[in-house]
Amino acid sequence: MATPTPTFVRTEMLGPQEPPISQSGAVKWLRENLFSTPLNSLLTLLGLAFAYLVLRTVVPWAWNGVWSASSLGECRQIIAETLGPDSHAACWAVIGERWQQFIFGFYPLDLYWRPVLAFGLLFCALGPILYFGQSGNNLRIVGASGLLTLGALLGVRHFVAKANPPSDAILSDNPMVLVIAVVIFALLGVVAKLRPQKLVWFSILYPLIGFYLLWGGSVWAPIGTLVGFVILALVWYGLQRQVGVVVAGGAGLVTAAVWWIWVQSAVTDKLNNAIPLGLLYERSDQFGGFLLAFVIGVAAISASLPIGILLALGRRSDMFLIKTLSVGFIEFVRGVPLITMLFVASLLLQYFLPPQTNFDLILRVIILVTLFSAAYIAEVIRGGLAALPRGQYEAADALGLDYWQAQRLIIMPQALKISIPGIVSSFIGLFKDTTLVALVGLADPLQGITKIVRADINWKGIYWEPYLFVGLIFFAVCFSMSRYSMYLERKLKRDHR
Amino acid sequence: MKKSVFLGTLAASALMAGFASAGTLDDVKARGELICGSNTGLTGFGAPDANNNWTGFDVDLCRAIGAAVLGDPSKVKFVPTTGETRFTALASGEVDLLVRNSTWTYSRDTDLKLDFVGVNYYDGQGFMVKKDLGILSAKELDGATVCIQTGTTTELNLADFFKSNNISYTPVTVADDAEAQRQYMAGACDAFTTDASGLAATRATLPDPDSHIILPEIISKEPLGPVVRHGDNQWGDVVRWTLNALLTAEEKGVTKANAEEMASSSTDPEVRRLLGVEGDMGAMTGLDKDAFKRAIMANGNYGEIFAANIGESTPIGLARGLNELWTNGGLQYSPPFR
Repeated sequence: MATPTPTFVRTEMLGPQEPPISQSGAVKWLRENLFSTPLNSLLTLLGLAFAYLVLRTVVPWAWNGVWSASSLGECRQIIAETLGPDSHAACWAVIGERWQQFIFGFYPLDLYWRPVLAFGLLFCALGPILYFGQSGNNLRIVGASGLLTLGALLGVRHFVAKANPPSDAILSDNPMVLVIAVVIFALLGVVAKLRPQKLVWFSILYPLIGFYLLWGGSVWAPIGTLVGFVILALVWYGLQRQVGVVVAGGAGLVTAAVWWIWVQSAVTDKLNNAIPLGLLYERSDQFGGFLLAFVIGVAAISASLPIGILLALGRRSDMFLIKTLSVGFIEFVRGVPLITMLFVASLLLQYFLPPQTNFDLILRVIILVTLFSAAYIAEVIRGGLAALPRGQYEAADALGLDYWQAQRLIIMPQALKISIPGIVSSFIGLFKDTTLVALVGLADPLQGITKIVRADINWKGIYWEPYLFVGLIFFAVCFSMSRYSMYLERKLKRDHR
Repeated sequence: MKKSVFLGTLAASALMAGFASAGTLDDVKARGELICGSNTGLTGFGAPDANNNWTGFDVDLCRAIGAAVLGDPSKVKFVPTTGETRFTALASGEVDLLVRNSTWTYSRDTDLKLDFVGVNYYDGQGFMVKKDLGILSAKELDGATVCIQTGTTTELNLADFFKSNNISYTPVTVADDAEAQRQYMAGACDAFTTDASGLAATRATLPDPDSHIILPEIISKEPLGPVVRHGDNQWGDVVRWTLNALLTAEEKGVTKANAEEMASSSTDPEVRRLLGVEGDMGAMTGLDKDAFKRAIMANGNYGEIFAANIGESTPIGLARGLNELWTNGGLQYSPPFR
């Protein structure tokens, strides 16, 4: 009895097959994302047609732009010669001719190394804050910003030497600047490599260093200010055990204020007479362009976060006076448009101050922008505080932590983490709002400098090019802030949702 | 840091408050610097150039005043002021004077507690149209679309003009001069109206200036001049007579180049008084006797300043017109130095 042999039995496994063409790769993606329904297909086509229409004019306009010309008329002539009459193209030459004003405002040409160095060091100071204690990241930041700064210093030096007759270029021709920059960055690099946590001291000192580099003057003035802060810290540290954190802080502030107001100038004047050491003093009315935007933006951002935290805590405090003051401040400042604050800074304060005081306009603006931003930050952080479960506060109490320890170790780390997106979008908004200072006559990059460039008869009538240039830089800065906040959120993610 | 600077400044200001201000002239002398409220950038009249030096017609007047008061035309600090902040900046003492295309009007002179001390440029509102419209007079603009800056007196003048001529128009409002120029070029409006000096500068920078014309009608009076605070008459005198000195210098043929020589050689008593050789004109305003000579030598007389910044040899190419001296049929007339 023969068993019937099956006509066909597969003896080996089939290899995996390619999925059908409609279910893989680009085709699948297109079908799923762009052409899933007839309506979607229609919208996709419309969108593509619109993008094509826009790009068809914009891309050749930007691409065919003229890069070297000395006036708008010359640009038009070159365009007419190369592309034929009635054709349109960008005139990027205006950026080439006036970039230094867009970046540095009216800062003296041969002192450009000071803002450049201050800007480079800014990143070294940000590193320890953004990547606290990470040797590798900090070393990379110091290295990259050091190399870029040196490159920029050489570039600026070359530019100044070209723009000035050689006899005028005194300071910029001083190779000491480069040597000093190399030494500073090398030192920072060594610290970042060996003791990355210590680098945070540089961040703490940076406001003074940056201020001194930009404004200049006697070296003793920032040192005197620093002494004030040291006094504050010592008094606070000495007294906090006895009288508590708040009272000690107040006492420290009062002592430091006494030093700043009555003692400091006498001491620094004496020191300055004995050892005159310093850089050329620059008045801030020479600041403009992105230098101004960064000075206001960075100062206001870094000062408003701590003030905002204190205000948020004040608003949730049980102490009636502190709570009322915080609520009053926050609600008042949030209820007033920023432009009003700027007008107050530029015009009203002058009425309150004694006649003939010359209180630096940019400092006035920074102070009011900081207060403005602090009120918003306070509300963002209060949102974070409110989102914390009650149990966290109770747990802190159960551990026997006092108020400040609880805030520092348990509440704030969580509340700030929740608030990151809000804080960063406040900061991005603040940085863009720095362009509003044009309304009080400061030369911000978008309106102020652009208007000045257009006031030159050579460039009168130029429209899109400066706006695009400035917009691109703003985008780069704001986009990096937003990416950093996303990195931070990922890094701090502790839940398992 | 910020706080310390704030407090430090407060301290400094408290110290300085001891020397309460006697008058702007004394303040300027004590400070060693003249603070001149200027424009945030207006072609030909005042703007920093690529090397950060302020130049322009208004700027040169400030420099002349700086030279008269402080002996050095470079000791002038220019504070850009916007249309909104200019008068408050002056009233609050932020600036010593304003020289920034401000029209002398009744309410500004009286209600705002300011003093217009003279007119350094007689301007007026005009229209620019494309030549191929075939229009030769503003009265033919019936039904036209007109580009106009919002919130300015030009907007009101425009409404008045069309109403009084019983013709209609459609306004296209723009935020600033640059936008107006772009809209006009893009064909969004038939006519563009602003001060005639601004029209001339705009026309000069159009791709094809010859295909645009500025219509002959000037529909408003815009006397632009330096402004000081009300009540500080000595300082007002200094500014007024520095401007008059520049005008007299042009009338008498005193220029930047020959002022020194004229001082020694001229026999005209008024020139001798102007240049401080005879009499003691400077002392009457609290200046020294060479003050006006220095003012003239800073950037030349009125005519030279005009020619160098906005005159017919510059790309802006403004004719003297109303700003010609009275001896040549214009309105610029300085009272005598006597």
